[in-house]
Amino acid sequence: MLALRSVRAGYGSFQALFDVSLDVRAGEAVAVIGPNGAGKTTLMRVISGLIRPTAGSIAMEGTDLLATPGHRIVALGIAHVPESRRLFPRMTVEDNLKMGGFLPAARPKYRQRLDFVFELFPRLRERRRQLAGTMSGGEQQMCAIGRALMSDPKLLLLDEPSAGLAPVVVEQVFELVKRIRAGGINVLIVEQNVQQVLRVVDRAYLLKAGSIRAAGTAAVLLATETLREAYLGV
Amino acid sequence: MPILDVYLLEALINGVLLGGVLALISLGLNLVFGVIDVVWICYAELIMFGMYGMYFLYSVFHWPILAAAALCIAGVGALGVLLHVIVIAPLLGAAPINQLLATGGVLFFLQSAATVMFGIEFRNLGLRLPVLKAAGMFISYSRLLAFGAALTGMVAVYLFLRRSYTGAAIRAIAQDRQIMTLMGVDSRRIYVVTSALGGALAGLASCLLVLLYDVHPFVGLTFGPITFLICVLGGLGNFVGGAVAAFVFAELISLGGLYLDLEWGYVFAFVFFIVMMFVRPEGLMARRS
Repeated sequence: MLALRSVRAGYGSFQALFDVSLDVRAGEAVAVIGPNGAGKTTLMRVISGLIRPTAGSIAMEGTDLLATPGHRIVALGIAHVPESRRLFPRMTVEDNLKMGGFLPAARPKYRQRLDFVFELFPRLRERRRQLAGTMSGGEQQMCAIGRALMSDPKLLLLDEPSAGLAPVVVEQVFELVKRIRAGGINVLIVEQNVQQVLRVVDRAYLLKAGSIRAAGTAAVLLATETLREAYLGV
Repeated sequence: MPILDVYLLEALINGVLLGGVLALISLGLNLVFGVIDVVWICYAELIMFGMYGMYFLYSVFHWPILAAAALCIAGVGALGVLLHVIVIAPLLGAAPINQLLATGGVLFFLQSAATVMFGIEFRNLGLRLPVLKAAGMFISYSRLLAFGAALTGMVAVYLFLRRSYTGAAIRAIAQDRQIMTLMGVDSRRIYVVTSALGGALAGLASCLLVLLYDVHPFVGLTFGPITFLICVLGGLGNFVGGAVAAFVFAELISLGGLYLDLEWGYVFAFVFFIVMMFVRPEGLMARRS
């Protein structure tokens, strides 16, 4: 479904990704784990077109993403929940969701998508008229995921959805990832919460200092020496 | 009943009527600033061209006034788009000072172009609208008309921003520019739409101001500076704050003009502005956080 081949990217003279190759196959949930500053967020941004790689190729179901303007990538079925949520703080929950369904193709399905999101997050229905910036962190994360789901994506990119949330809420977020998957949406998730994320995905990649150090099924990766090394430095 | 109270009431009403027009003018400037993050220094000069448009279409070519107004609104809207595409878009990544200088240059260009093309004579529509007399007060119909049209224009913009997808994107882009791509929004298209809207508001303002003022190449100086002060006082990019500031300013001008001279009204307004810049430098309706 999604295929990255030898992707290099960076900011100015700083290179953040070195020849990263990665796949998300149809029906899969995949995690990218790794310590702070490993290039995880850069990886997500390269996929959704927020930044452009300096080398390599990215394809979504055979379509070359590098030849697609950034704002057209979401129309290919890739929805990105960015790091630290990035809601429109002075707009209502419903307006935020409306922006998620901005695509011309998504507009006729607005009601239907809204019901789907409200079913997933009953809390958002209660708060639909509230300004997004005034909600709790957990509620904002739900709103951000709901906004991404409004475009009816095939692949959901989640960038550290558990960051800054209370442990109970973190549980809920991972529970939710399972449900979204069960609903037939592929997930590519970036996380620091290694133990928990590996329980909800099929496969994972370990990203360290901008390159993939290990890859495999969640169970295998949990057991590898490399993982322990990456986090504990022993 | 002491006669002063009638004058006071009349001044208050005139203040409200002026406030409506000022609110409309500042809305266009605020919209462009909020969305594109650029100040159109030449905004009042766009209005000046619209006023000339009204003068020529109505007084010289004898168009029906509503048709002339419609063409002026569309024409100044197109000028806004031209300004964006030719001057602003190439400078979007440049330092803010360069953008200011560029639109400042357009100001002088437009003033000079108007002087060459239309001469420096003062012109007006030659329209004599009656004056409404009620309860000992005199309120001119042209002001009432301008107020009503300004209000209608602002309500239309409000509904557009609230109801349409493009309107939602315009509000959203002012809050988080970078992630618009993730919503599937082409920011460049939103900028063009916003410039058209800002220009159309200037166009509507020109149709109303031509009822109240003579037009000449430097007429922009009459209301350009006050428009910027209103926008800054309301908090640049804050639509509601701009409207509130417009009414506050209009009342100061109107009441100052009642007790002293019209010029003193402006002095009060400017002193108020300077004091407010010390007290609330972020504007009247500054957002917390």
